[in-house]
Amino acid sequence: MIAIRSLTKRFADAVAIADLTLDVGEGEIFGLIGPDGAGKTTTLRVIATAMAPTAGRVAVAGHDVVREAETVKTLIGYMPQRFALYPDLTVLENLNFFADLFGAPRAERRTQIERLLTFARLSDFGARRAQNLSGGMQKKLALAATLMHRPRLLLLDEPTTGVDPVSRREFWDLLTQVHLDGVTIVITTPYLDEAERCNRVGLMHRGRLIACDTPNALRARIGATVIEAQVSPAVAARRLVEHQTGVLSASAHGDSVRLILDRAERQADIMAAWQAHGITPGNVRIVRPRLEDVFVLMLEKP
Amino acid sequence: MNTRLWPIMRKEFIHIVRDPRTLAVMFIIPVVQLILLGYAANTDIRHLAIAVFDADHTAQSRQLVEAYRASDYFAISAYVNDESEIARLLDGGQVRGGLIIPPGYADSLLKGRAAQVAFVIDGSDPSVAGTAFAASQSVGQAQGVKLIQQRLGVDFSSLGGIEVRPRVWYNPDLRSSNYMVPALIGLILQFLTGLFTALSIVREREQGTIEQLVVTPIRSWELIVGKIIPYVGIAFFDLGEILLIGVLWFGVPVRGSIPLLAAIALLFLLTTLGTGLFISSVTKSQQEAMLVSFLVLFPGIFLSGFFFPLEAMPAPLQAVSYVVPLRYMLIIIRGIILKGVGLPAFQEQVIALAILGPLILIGASLRFRKSLE
Repeated sequence: MIAIRSLTKRFADAVAIADLTLDVGEGEIFGLIGPDGAGKTTTLRVIATAMAPTAGRVAVAGHDVVREAETVKTLIGYMPQRFALYPDLTVLENLNFFADLFGAPRAERRTQIERLLTFARLSDFGARRAQNLSGGMQKKLALAATLMHRPRLLLLDEPTTGVDPVSRREFWDLLTQVHLDGVTIVITTPYLDEAERCNRVGLMHRGRLIACDTPNALRARIGATVIEAQVSPAVAARRLVEHQTGVLSASAHGDSVRLILDRAERQADIMAAWQAHGITPGNVRIVRPRLEDVFVLMLEKP
Repeated sequence: MNTRLWPIMRKEFIHIVRDPRTLAVMFIIPVVQLILLGYAANTDIRHLAIAVFDADHTAQSRQLVEAYRASDYFAISAYVNDESEIARLLDGGQVRGGLIIPPGYADSLLKGRAAQVAFVIDGSDPSVAGTAFAASQSVGQAQGVKLIQQRLGVDFSSLGGIEVRPRVWYNPDLRSSNYMVPALIGLILQFLTGLFTALSIVREREQGTIEQLVVTPIRSWELIVGKIIPYVGIAFFDLGEILLIGVLWFGVPVRGSIPLLAAIALLFLLTTLGTGLFISSVTKSQQEAMLVSFLVLFPGIFLSGFFFPLEAMPAPLQAVSYVVPLRYMLIIIRGIILKGVGLPAFQEQVIALAILGPLILIGASLRFRKSLE
C-alpha cells in the first residue's frame, strides 16, 4: 500500500527524516512510534501529500505522492494531530464541506453521512458546532470527516492523545471497524498499549527507523527476561539491585518491582541480594516483556 | 460553476455570520467612520473663538469689532480689558485668536492716518491658523476700503481697476464632506478587503485547518478565490451603504456614473485583495496579520492624498505614492462623484490600477502557494 524509499526531509535547521525505507502492506494496521521529534508526524505529512520530500520517493498504491498527488489525495484520509475541522461549523456542515471538496455525488452523500454519523455515534449531534463537542467527540468527528470520501489508506497522527481512556477505547473500536472494511491504517501513538494492537510497529528515533516488526517479533528480539516481584518497600528493593550486573532496567510500581534482566539466571542473584537485606519477595514471576520495555532498551542502546 | 469554489464561499459566509464582531466591524464601522470623518475631519473654519481687547472704546472701534463678528469666520467669545488676558485665554485654548484695538484708533482714522490694530493668532494648528490669518487680513482690509470710500464719498467700483470674481467648481461651498465621503469609499474598500482577506486566510493557518485542506483535492486558486469573493460582495454592499448615507445625510452630490464607479472599484479590489493575500502569506497568526496590515495600510492612506494633498509632499514621498493604489482610486472616485467626469478624464489612473492589480495579485498568489508548505 505504501512504499517509502530512502525518504529524507530536511528543514532549514534540522533533519526530520533521514533515509527512511519502509513498506506498509495492504490491510495492515501499522504503528509508528518513537519519542517526540523522531519524525513521525513529518513522515505522515509526506505520505499525505501535505509536505514535499527533500529526497527519496514515496508511493501510495503505486502512485507517487509528488507527481500524482491528485490521485493520492483521493486514496488517503489524513487526520492531523490537532483538531483541524472548523470549530464554528456544525458537525453536519463540516462533513458536508469535506464531501463537497472531494466532489462526493449528491445521491450517495446523504447515506454516507448518515452512515458515518451512526458509525461515530454522533447522530444526535449533527446540528452542534464542532467547538462545543467534547475532545473525544471531536476526534470521532475528525475521523468521520477523513472517511467521507472512502479512502483506502488512513493516516492518523496521534488520534488518541489527550483523550480519556473510555473515549480512547471507543476510538479504537471504530478503527477496528474501519480496518475490517479493508482500509489500511498507519497510526502514530504515544501509548504503547495501542501499539500492541498494530500488525506491525516501526520505531523511529531522530529521523531514522531503528526497528520495524510485529510486536511479538520485537519482544523476541531483545532476548531479555522481565520479572515482577511483590516486595515492600518497593523503592528500597529497587535501589538495592538496580546497579547489579545484568539488570538492564528496574522500576518500582506500588508494592511491586519490575526488572529487565539480560539472562534468566540473574534472578537468583537478585533474590540473594534482597534476602541479604532481609527483604522477602512474594509472587516472583517471569512476565511477557511490554513493548515499552522493548523500546526503552532499544533507545538506550548506543 | 466550479464545484469546489462554491463550498469554500459558503463556508466563509458561515464564518462571517457566526462571528458577531466581524459582522459589526464590516457593516457598522463604515457608518461610524463616515460620520466621524464627515463631521470631525471638517476643515471648514467657521466661528473661530476670539477675544477682543478694545482699548479705544469708540463708535469706530465697535464698528471694526462688528465687522469681524459679521464675517462668520470669527465668534467673539470674550471681551477683555488687558492684553495679558488675551495671552491667558490663548494659552488655555479658550480662544484661537485675539483682536487688539489700541487707544487712539478712532483718533488716527479721523486725522487721516493709518490706524493700526493687532490680531494675535494661535499657530499651533497650521490649518486653522492659516485660515484665521487670511480672514483677519481680508476683514480688516474690507473695513479699511469701506472707511476710505465713506471719507472720499466715492464708490470704488465706479473707478475701474481689477476685480477678481472667484468661481468654485464641483464643490462651490467648499464643504469638506463632499471631499471626504467619496474618498472614504476607497478607504473602506481597501480596509475591508485587504484586512479581512488576510485575517480569513491566516485563520486557517492558525486553527490548523489548512493542514486538512491541503490533503483535499482543492487547488490553491480555488481556495483563494472562494475565500475572497464573499468579502468582495461585502465591500460592494458597503460601497452602496456609504454612497447612500453620503447622499442622504451629507448631501454629497453624485454627478457621475455609479456603474462606472463599481467597475473601476472591482479593478481596485484586485490590488487590495492581493495585498491581503500577501499579508496572509507572511504571517502566522491573526494578531500578526492585523499588525502587518496596519503597517502596510496606514502609510498608504497618508500617501494616497486622503488627508493631505500629494502636491505638497516632498519629491521622494510623492515618488513612493505612485505604487499606492488608493492614490489612483481617490482621484477616480472624486472625479466620478464630484465632477461627474467619465473614463477619458482619468484613464491614466485606470491604467495604473490595471497594471498594479494583476501585478500585486499574481505576486501574492505565488508567495501564498509557497507558504502552504
